[in-house]
Amino acid sequence: MNRINKKLQEKDDILSIYFTAGYPGLHDTLPIIKALQESGVDMIEIGLPFSDPLADGPTIQESSVQALKNGMTTAVLFEQLKAVREDISIPLIIMGYFNPILQYGVEEFCAQCAKAGIDGLIIPDLPVDVYQKEYMATFEKYGLANIFLITPQTPESRVRYIDEVSNAFIYMVSSASVTGSNSGFGAQEQGYFKRIDALNLRNPRIVGFGISNGETFKQATEFAKGAIIGSAFIRQLTKKGIKGIGEFVDGIRQVKKIL
Amino acid sequence: MKYHVDQNGYYGEFGGAYIPEMLYPNVEELRNQYLDITSEASFKEEFESLLRDYVGRPTPLYFAKRLSERYGAKFYLKREDLNHTGAHKVNNTIGQILLAKRLGKQRIIAETGAGQHGVATATVCALMGMQCVVYMGEIDIARQAPNVARMKMLGAEVRPARSGSRTLKDATNEAIRDWINNPVNTHYIIGSAIGPHPYPDMVTRFQSVISEEIQKQLQEKEGRNAPDHIVACIGGGSNAAGAFYHFLDNEQVNIIAVEAAGKGIESGHSAATSALGKKGIIHGCKTLLMQTEDGQITEPYSISAGLDYPGVGPMHAHLYASRRAEFISITDDDAMKAGLELAQLEGIIPAIETAHALAIPEKRPFRKDEIVVINLSGRGDKDLNTYIDHFKL
Repeated sequence: MNRINKKLQEKDDILSIYFTAGYPGLHDTLPIIKALQESGVDMIEIGLPFSDPLADGPTIQESSVQALKNGMTTAVLFEQLKAVREDISIPLIIMGYFNPILQYGVEEFCAQCAKAGIDGLIIPDLPVDVYQKEYMATFEKYGLANIFLITPQTPESRVRYIDEVSNAFIYMVSSASVTGSNSGFGAQEQGYFKRIDALNLRNPRIVGFGISNGETFKQATEFAKGAIIGSAFIRQLTKKGIKGIGEFVDGIRQVKKIL
Repeated sequence: MKYHVDQNGYYGEFGGAYIPEMLYPNVEELRNQYLDITSEASFKEEFESLLRDYVGRPTPLYFAKRLSERYGAKFYLKREDLNHTGAHKVNNTIGQILLAKRLGKQRIIAETGAGQHGVATATVCALMGMQCVVYMGEIDIARQAPNVARMKMLGAEVRPARSGSRTLKDATNEAIRDWINNPVNTHYIIGSAIGPHPYPDMVTRFQSVISEEIQKQLQEKEGRNAPDHIVACIGGGSNAAGAFYHFLDNEQVNIIAVEAAGKGIESGHSAATSALGKKGIIHGCKTLLMQTEDGQITEPYSISAGLDYPGVGPMHAHLYASRRAEFISITDDDAMKAGLELAQLEGIIPAIETAHALAIPEKRPFRKDEIVVINLSGRGDKDLNTYIDHFKL
């Protein structure tokens, strides 16, 4: 069984953290992953930086620009991840845009992921129908889960189609926005979380976009299996570096305990 | 039909809709409705009457006598420079805003490089009383001040794109992000024959009025409805798509697409996508684009702001790959020379984008009896500063 499925079976209130590989420093990838595991994060999304990240806001875009300047490439990332499974037991997901993966070669990319112990991929600009037709067999061959997004505008029929093709979790985008928006969740988002919850999908949902603190984490996990934090984590990383990771994660979890 | 879009939105292996799920409902809505809406009689009537009475169509097909004498073939110029706002761009913005109205949208966004598409969008928004936001790279805002002022005068808000290289590709990213953030009330008017399906086909259809008119006008002037060669410059490729459209399936017509070589293809400062690009994904479609080995999109260069886009529309990628079209690239210097030459031979100052197409007679021989139509996509007013700098006028 894939580490992602196992984790989702064992635990509720999953906290998944996104960071951009190669940021702030080229060789920070492994130290960040280790610090995240030590601080009790359940799952990690490793961002493969791209020059034109359409679905991301300024924080992730800027970290991507910096990571590319630092010299991060697909090949460098795989080199860094070679020995990651010596210390890391939590699920690891690579999130990247499709063009760099296409240029690397989809099959070769999947093979390298499998070799490094990556459990799944999130490719926001690879549509589910193209995936199913052209790449699903390859992903399955290498035991990789592919994770799709849904949004408040996604019609129910399409949510069900995505549920059928998915085999780990569904990434539920909290509101109509790019990453890094910070307005908190109102009645509208809560209504959407409940509506999707009531569909009784096969796959658990993890909420992403707009989660920046303990409060939004709690709201997001009320009607979903877990939540993903990206931009807020990167802002923290910029400010306090790797040594601030434990405190950040405690902050997300503790507010939850107090409430 | 092998050069037209297929049912799945592909031209051969190029095209499709590689978009984040957040954009799916918007793009799907367009895909489901664009053909129905644009074929309604009331739509056609409104589109055609605006093109006639507001834009000033049909634009003339002008026999360039002195140019023909100099280069020894029959050269005709399709005068898109005489359109309202000074270029072909407005054909598409009129079409898209009528479509947006019928989809019930209240807000329009657009990207712009040099500002021509931004001005054409701001113009139709003023005409229809719709809110307009134009994204433009911070660097382009600084170097295209007159067009920024035009857009403001027309009531548009010009938002600087501060990410990445702060030029056209980043303005496009920002417009796409805006659309993600405003999925219900907003229509995104893409200015070129790029983007996810159905944009390349939709933009091409609105621009196809160019080749439709060329057919009729050539019939009147030459007693035949197709030239031997049709020539257009190509960045993303909207004027070229419109000029080629009705000749795509007539293999007697040689299609010549002219790219910007910049300082030379091997110079590292170029926008010649067919020569330097590889297959990949940019702004929602699979096409040829300039990128690093690692798949990062690179910044192109051309003296003309309208041609420095790192990709090319998927229809053009297919015309290149299938060898239906001849692709030629022209350097900055040769384009500038051709622009000056047209001014002095025919009394027409062309946009620098168009000047690339006008360099073809010098670059490539034609037979004396051949009819060559060059799409004169825009006028040169916006480029006066560049001409002044280049020729020390």
